[in-house]
Amino acid sequence: MGDTAQTAAARLDTVPKLLLRNAAEFGRRPAMRHKDLGIWQSWTWAEVRNQVRDLALGLRKLGFERGDAVAIVGSNRPRLYWTFAAVQSLGGIPVPVYQDSVADEMVYVLDHAEVRYAIVEDQEQVDKVQSIAAQLPRLQHIIYDLEKGLKDYDHTRLHSYTSVQDHGRAELKNNTGGEAWWLSEIAQGQGADVSVMLYTSGTTGRPKGVMLTHDNVVKSGSNANVFDKFTAADTMIAYLPMAWAGDHIFTYAQAYAGGLCVACPESATTAVEDRREIGPTYFFAPPRVFETMLTEMTVRMEDAGPTKRKMYTYFMGVAQRAGGAILDGKQVSAKDRMLYWLGDKLVYAPLRNRMGFTNLRLGYTAGEAVGPELFRFYRSIGLNLKQLYGQTEASVFITLQPDGEVFPETVGKPGPECEIKIDESGEVLFKSPGVFLKYFKNDEATAATKTADGWVKTGDAGFIDGRGHLCIIDRAKDVGKLKNGALFSPKYLENRIKFFPEIKEAVAFGGGHDFVTMFLNIDLTSVGNWAERNNISYASYQELAGHPQVLEMIKKRVDELNAALAREPQVAACQVKRFIVLSKELEADDGELTRTQKVRRSFIADRYGTLITALYDGSKEARISVEVVFEDGRKGKIEGHMQVIDMQTHPAAVMPVKEAAE
Amino acid sequence: MNAHANIGAASAVAAAPSRRIGEVLLTVENVVMRFGGVTAIKGVSFDVRKGEVRAIIGPNGAGKTSMLNVINGFYHPQEGTITFKGQKRSAMRPHVAATQGIARTFQNVALFKGMSTLDNIMTGRTLKMKRGILAQAVRFGPALREEVEHREVVERIIDFLEIAHIRKTPVGKLPYGLQKRVELGRALATEPELLLLDEPMAGMNLEEKQDMCRFILTVNDTFNTTIALIEHDMGVVMDLSDRVVVLDYGP
Repeated sequence: MGDTAQTAAARLDTVPKLLLRNAAEFGRRPAMRHKDLGIWQSWTWAEVRNQVRDLALGLRKLGFERGDAVAIVGSNRPRLYWTFAAVQSLGGIPVPVYQDSVADEMVYVLDHAEVRYAIVEDQEQVDKVQSIAAQLPRLQHIIYDLEKGLKDYDHTRLHSYTSVQDHGRAELKNNTGGEAWWLSEIAQGQGADVSVMLYTSGTTGRPKGVMLTHDNVVKSGSNANVFDKFTAADTMIAYLPMAWAGDHIFTYAQAYAGGLCVACPESATTAVEDRREIGPTYFFAPPRVFETMLTEMTVRMEDAGPTKRKMYTYFMGVAQRAGGAILDGKQVSAKDRMLYWLGDKLVYAPLRNRMGFTNLRLGYTAGEAVGPELFRFYRSIGLNLKQLYGQTEASVFITLQPDGEVFPETVGKPGPECEIKIDESGEVLFKSPGVFLKYFKNDEATAATKTADGWVKTGDAGFIDGRGHLCIIDRAKDVGKLKNGALFSPKYLENRIKFFPEIKEAVAFGGGHDFVTMFLNIDLTSVGNWAERNNISYASYQELAGHPQVLEMIKKRVDELNAALAREPQVAACQVKRFIVLSKELEADDGELTRTQKVRRSFIADRYGTLITALYDGSKEARISVEVVFEDGRKGKIEGHMQVIDMQTHPAAVMPVKEAAE
Repeated sequence: MNAHANIGAASAVAAAPSRRIGEVLLTVENVVMRFGGVTAIKGVSFDVRKGEVRAIIGPNGAGKTSMLNVINGFYHPQEGTITFKGQKRSAMRPHVAATQGIARTFQNVALFKGMSTLDNIMTGRTLKMKRGILAQAVRFGPALREEVEHREVVERIIDFLEIAHIRKTPVGKLPYGLQKRVELGRALATEPELLLLDEPMAGMNLEEKQDMCRFILTVNDTFNTTIALIEHDMGVVMDLSDRVVVLDYGP
C-alpha cells in the first residue's frame, strides 16, 4: 500500500479511509462517470479524492465543525456524491433528502436533523430551501451545484459548489498545511462514528432519521461485494433517489468498498438511454422499474409487425420453459437448449440490449415484494435477476438469493454475518453488522424496534421454508383476516394484479370484512395504447379510467386473477368480489404513496372512506371529492363518480378453505 | 385540470433584475402593410430598447404576426421605416435580419419535422459556419473542428432548455410544447440580439408555460437578449414584459 493509506489509520473502518485506499490502489481506474453536454466525462479515484479534499477544505473555510449535519438535495450527480465523502472526511453527517419532496416535507427533515448546511442541485432546490429558511434557524449556508439562473441571487449565505472548492484549492496553493490537516481529520474518524442519516419514507406517520455508523455502511458494502464477487471492474448506474438507503449502500458504500465505477445519467429523463450507452454490469431496481420496462416492451410488441410478434410469442414460450433452468445450471433437453440458443440470437439478446442489459452480470430487485411472473420473465430471457430483502435499519441487506438458489417466492437466505428469526406472532427479526445505531431524537421508536438483546423487528410477517429461505408475506400489521377466518394479505393480491400491464397500482381491502375488494389505477401508457388500437377516444386520464370498454377489459383481468387465486387453496377465499377503477392516479404529492412509491394504506383508507363504504354496502356507484396538490404546490379539488363493479368468484379448485374446522 | 392562475411563480424566480435597459435598438415608424385591399397594419410606430422584454398584444387579426414579419423582413411594408441598430431602412430583408442578429420563432412551429432536435438546433448555427459546403460534407480537418465547436454551443442550449432526453428524437414525433422549446433553441443558436417570439406559450399546459417563462427570463437575464413577444395570456404578458404595445383595429 502507498503512503496515503498509511497516514490514514491502519483500519479501513470509515468511508473516507476507503477513498484514500482506492485513490492509492486503483488511482487510475474510473470511479465516476457523468454524461454532461452529451458527452460522458470520467473521474479516476485519484481525481475523486482531490475533488473531495477541495470541497472539504472549502467547507472548513465556511466554518464547518465535526458533527455538523449537511442536507444533500438533488438528483444523482457526481458532485453530490462527493459531498458525502467530503462531509464524512470532516466528521460531519450527511443527510440526503428526497429532491421531489414539497417544502412542507423538507422543512420537517431539515429541522429535525438540525442541518447547518444544505448542498443542493440547482435553482429549483435553492428556491425551495430558501422558502423554508426562516423556519430553520440552524441553517447557515446553502451551496448549489448548477449555476443556471442563480447569478443574481444574494450570495451572502449562498455559494456555488465551485467557489467553495476554489477556496479549498487556494488554500492548497498557499500550502498552509491543508492537505495534512484533511488527512488528520480523516484519521480521527472511527468506525463507530455516525456516517449517514437516512430518513425512512414513512408509510406511517412522520419520517424517522435512521442513524448508520461507518461500521454499518462499510461492513454492509464489503459483505455484499464478497457475496456477489464485485470488483473494481464492475460498473453501476446511479439513478435512484440518493435519500434512499438502497442507493446509498449500492452506489456509494459498495462502490467505495470495492472500487466500483458509478455512472450518473445526464438527467432523470435520460436514465434509460444512458443506461443503454453505459451497459452496467450490476443493476438494482425496485420492482416498479422492472414492471414499467415490461409494460413498455409488451406495448411495443403489440405494435410490431405480425412476423416479429409471432417470433416473440414463440420464443418467449421457449424461454418460459427453459430459460430459468439454463440460468440455474439445471438439466435441460438438447432440443430446448438449441431453441433457446436460437431465441437468444433472435429475441432475447436484442431485448436485453434494448433495456441496456447487454453487459449485465447481476440485477437485484427489492423494496417491495415482486410478482413471480415478472420475476420469471426477466430470468427466462437470461438476466440473472435476484431478490434481496432489506431495510434502511439493516443498512439494506438482510437476506439475499445466492446464485443457483433463486426461487421467485422467497427472498433468499440471510446475508453474510446476518441472523434471522421469526417470533411467535410471525414477525421477522434480524441481527447483522448493519444494524442501525438508533433513530435520531426518537428513543421511543428505537426501543420499540430494537430489542434489548440486539434483535431488530422488521415489521414484516414471514416464515422460513424447508430450504432455509425466508418468505415474506406482508407488513405484519397489514395481514388481516376475513370474517370467515381466511388469512388476507393485501400486498400479495396487489402484486398479483399489478403484473397485468394495464394495471399500475392497486389497493386491496378485506380485513374484518366478508370479502375482498380493490381500488385499481390503470396504467396510462398501456391502456392509452390499447385505446388507440381499439379506436377509443379520450381526453383525460379521468375519462379513460371511467370508459365502459376499459372497465370491461379491467373486469376480465380481475376475473383472470380470481381464476388464478381459486387454484391456490390458501388464498382462494381472497378472490376480489367488487372493485373500483379510481379516476385519479395515486400520487406521492397527495400523500397517497411514499416517495419510494409504496402505498400508504391507512391514509388511503381515510381519504377514500366513502368509496370503501360503497364497496361494501352494495351500491352501484360511488362519489368522491378530494383535495389534490398540483406539481407547483397549489391545491385543487377533484370530483367524480365511479362505477362499482361486481365480480363472479370461481369455485376453489383443490379443496375449500376449512372454515368450519377452526 | 390546470387553470392558468399562478404564472407569477415563475417570474418571482428572477426577482433581482441585473439587466439594464439601454438605448433604442429597434424603431418602427408609421408602418403601413397592405395585402391587396386589406390593410393589415396602418401607421404603427413603436420602439424596442436594448435589454427589455417588449410584449405586443391585441385581438386576433390586429396584425401582430404581420408586425413581426415586417420586422424580420419577411413582409415589405408599403410605407414607413424600420430602424435597427441605427440603420434606417424602408424594408428589412430576411438574410440581413438574420446576419444582423434578429431571430424568431413561429406561431405554428416551423421546424424540420424529419430531423432530430439536435440537427434542428444545429441549423441555427449555419450563419456562423465559415467552412465551405464541400469541406463540411467531407467533415475533415478545420471543418470537423468547427462542427465540434458549434456542437458544443448547441449542447449548451440543449442543457439550458432541458431537452437532453429528446436530443436524437425526430421533432415531428414530439408533443407541441417540446417542439416550441426546440424552436426557441434554434433561435437561440443564432446568438441573437433581438429575439422575436410569436405566441411562445400557445397551447401549453401550466407546467410548460412556467418552464417557458423561466427560459425567456433567463435568456433575457444572462445574455441580455432583447425580446419582443406576442402573447395572449395576460398573466404571462404582465409578468414577463417591461413594456407593452397594444395593436387594435383602426376606426
